[in-house]
Amino acid sequence: MTAESTNAPVRHTGTAIAGVGNRVWIWLVGAIVLIATAPIFAILTIAFQASDNIWPHLVSTILPRAAIDTALLLSGVGILTLATGTATAWLVTMYRFPASKFLSWALLLPLAMPTYIIAYSYVEILDFSGPVQTLLRDLMGWRSSRDYWFPEIRSLPGAVFVIASVLYPYVYLTARSAFLAQSVCVLDVSRTLGAGPWDSFRQVAIPLARPALVAGVTIALMETLNDIGAVEYFGVRTLTVTIYTTWLGRGSLSGAAQLAVILLIVVMLLLWLERWSRRKQRFHHTSSKYHGLPTKRIAGWRRVLATLFCLSPVLVGFVIPASLLGIYVYARIGEPPGVSFLSLAGNSLFLSVVAAITAIFAGLVLVYARRFIRWRPLHALTRLASIGYAVPGTVLAIGVLIPLAALDNYIDGWMKNLFGVSTGLLMSGTLFALVLTFTIRFLAISQGAIGAGLGKVSPNLSLAARTLGRSAGGTLRDVDLPLIRPAIITAALLVFVDAMKELPATLLLRPFNFDTLATHVYTYASIERFEDAALPALAIVAVGLVPVAILSATIGLSFRTDRDATIAVQVDR
Amino acid sequence: MSEAQPFVRFDKVQKSYDGEILVVKNLNLDIPAGEFVTMLGPSGSGKTTCLMMLAGFEPATHGEIFLGDQPINNVPPHKRGIGMVFQNYALFPHMSVGENLAFPLEVRGMDKSERETKVKRALDMVELGAFGNRMPAQLSGGQQQRVAVARALVFEPELILMDEPLGALDKQLREQMQYEIKHIHESLGVTVVYVTHDQSEALTMSDRIAVFNDGVIQQLSSPSDLYERPDNSFVAQFIGENNRFDGTILSVRNGKCKVKLDSGETVDASAVNVGGKGTRTTLSLRPERIEINPKSKAGRSIISGKIEEAIYLGDHIRTRMSAGGSSEFIVKVPNTSGHTPLEEGKTVKIGWLTGDCRALDPIA
Repeated sequence: MTAESTNAPVRHTGTAIAGVGNRVWIWLVGAIVLIATAPIFAILTIAFQASDNIWPHLVSTILPRAAIDTALLLSGVGILTLATGTATAWLVTMYRFPASKFLSWALLLPLAMPTYIIAYSYVEILDFSGPVQTLLRDLMGWRSSRDYWFPEIRSLPGAVFVIASVLYPYVYLTARSAFLAQSVCVLDVSRTLGAGPWDSFRQVAIPLARPALVAGVTIALMETLNDIGAVEYFGVRTLTVTIYTTWLGRGSLSGAAQLAVILLIVVMLLLWLERWSRRKQRFHHTSSKYHGLPTKRIAGWRRVLATLFCLSPVLVGFVIPASLLGIYVYARIGEPPGVSFLSLAGNSLFLSVVAAITAIFAGLVLVYARRFIRWRPLHALTRLASIGYAVPGTVLAIGVLIPLAALDNYIDGWMKNLFGVSTGLLMSGTLFALVLTFTIRFLAISQGAIGAGLGKVSPNLSLAARTLGRSAGGTLRDVDLPLIRPAIITAALLVFVDAMKELPATLLLRPFNFDTLATHVYTYASIERFEDAALPALAIVAVGLVPVAILSATIGLSFRTDRDATIAVQVDR
Repeated sequence: MSEAQPFVRFDKVQKSYDGEILVVKNLNLDIPAGEFVTMLGPSGSGKTTCLMMLAGFEPATHGEIFLGDQPINNVPPHKRGIGMVFQNYALFPHMSVGENLAFPLEVRGMDKSERETKVKRALDMVELGAFGNRMPAQLSGGQQQRVAVARALVFEPELILMDEPLGALDKQLREQMQYEIKHIHESLGVTVVYVTHDQSEALTMSDRIAVFNDGVIQQLSSPSDLYERPDNSFVAQFIGENNRFDGTILSVRNGKCKVKLDSGETVDASAVNVGGKGTRTTLSLRPERIEINPKSKAGRSIISGKIEEAIYLGDHIRTRMSAGGSSEFIVKVPNTSGHTPLEEGKTVKIGWLTGDCRALDPIA
């Protein structure tokens, strides 16, 4: 060992690659993680500041109703999505019946329908003046609502029904991939051991798929908590709605923050439940080669029943509301639109494109740093940066607003003192806040998609590029980026579409007189003129079809194994 | 070291991933220029970690690694100028073979004609001169392997690291590539550090082998020394087949010891690493060094054993016996004409030269 002090045993912090380049990456990661988690800390800080303590008030007034409504909504949506998603997934995966192949991807279509749009649509259809009740009255000769009983759509059960009818595809997706991944041999084994099809489903397939089912339901419930358009319209006072009204109606930021903390606890509880349900659930499939599941043909009247059963969620969750929008749009062709559709679409596009770009950039930095800096705390940090996706949009918006407003005030005061110029709400009052919120919220999507893409690229390729003389940045540019381009495009599309649909955060953070397609639909629905917003609503649904296409393309691979297996089974006979 | 300045030097290197468990414990290793050194050991023994530290992908927790006379702990991997061949080749799938080879040359600012000359020469060396325009996916596994070797050599590094480079090839191709790599090493005179868990690969190719276990180099020797003169029972067990049996030391004199086996018999052995009289020891003995019914008793230890099972393997008969207190005592009987008939259940005399039996590892 040399005498130089630099060569004394140093405790390295564990970065895989020493040098300046690495420090830049670590700083970038640190900055992104800080920004992504700042909203949570801001909410916690504000909520527990004693100055404006409205906890007692909350507990005695709003909170009980909010807690009950939220709990009922979550249980209802949970049960309905679980039942619909699992049953349809099992049928289309295991059996062949008329249109089963078409239905296997059509069942994803409701994903394109945001909760608020389906809610407005069903109110149009099922309300007193809607076509269903009008037809009933005409048929039966009833005159007023006192002559008959009809379920009130604008209610808690109504909210459960419409929300579940667009969120069940999350369970369907996870259940279907779980069933597809189950090697046929476990089911064959259960059959040889004497279990019938129903027993195989109940005792083998479902327990094996349980982690996937729970994961699907958890996503559906998180989306439910995020929703504000549907529940508010239906008069369901969930925690999310309560936060929104406490902030906008009463102007109490700390009150909203305190409610947000409670909502965060609910979210954490959900995530914990999901983890808990997976405890000790480490199933490994015993054969490395998966046979496609041989699908069985359903015969007789039951096959019609199977088709109808799988078709009804598609009709309810997509075809009927989309047709309504189509009819409305068609009826208004030629009429001059009140607000320029193009300017709304332009706003939405701009916002979504910018959000997609920033989210991809941030996601790429996090995923890539995780790949070549082998320092565990850093890995944990990058995953922590995904937290925005678990936080409902309303909560996130408030969390972003708090530090930005403080920063704005600070800059404003500073500029006034120095130059006598007031900068006003430089960040919190502009699109900056919205782009930031979207980036934080959708960072999980971009991290996930890019991470999955990079996961398929052998780390040795990066290492090889390093030994051959490329820096980390050069390796990213010359080797990894060209290889993960499809993943990046997918990630960008997913973020883009989610940003196009986003309502709760946009409502809270949009600058004055700034409307997106989503907020326009919301505004028009709230003044009972949903018909006039049909074109923007239809546009949102059309954009929402993009991820459905991506998903069905990935599942498309499994279609092939399905078909091959079916052919093989037929040949065997 | 007696020789000149070592080219690669690990100086008291330690590595821990979690700050608690050391996966590499106090490693000291000198590799002179031009040597082919293999790091051999079971998975999790720390050999790959050592290679990753040398390449610059993992920082050493303590200690220093030298390349030439330069400490390289703070040199990032792309500045180390070390060639590396990876498991599964790690060829860039979006680049042609020629582009793969030109990759390290571009970053070194070579002009196009110089690059082409070097790429051509490197491809010729691995007999793939006509494949420059192919994409990696169009090549067989063996060809991809050759491209990976050529890419690691094309920028003329003085040190090449190989991380189980042949693991993905089938047995026949693997053996062929072993010779090819060995010949490339000999003709270029480049220093090679090679990692494998395949002992026959290590024995075939290396000048010296460092046997790793539990984060420590158990023995660093030439292939023949490693096999003939293992320092401890881990090495004896890991390299080749080995009989282990325990006994108590009766006496130690002149590097030899008398050991009383658990069966009550007394044998002689080389005292490699033993305690004093009365302590326990583990004896190590290669199955092919044991004779059944030895004709001469001179310089031999002889005990009796019962034949439990004889398995016919063509060139030899693998015989499992109960002997020396072990029921897994293996003897390889060469299938020469007129070898002793091996009747299961029969008790016979077995013997070996004292020097072939090594007393290793005192038992606490």
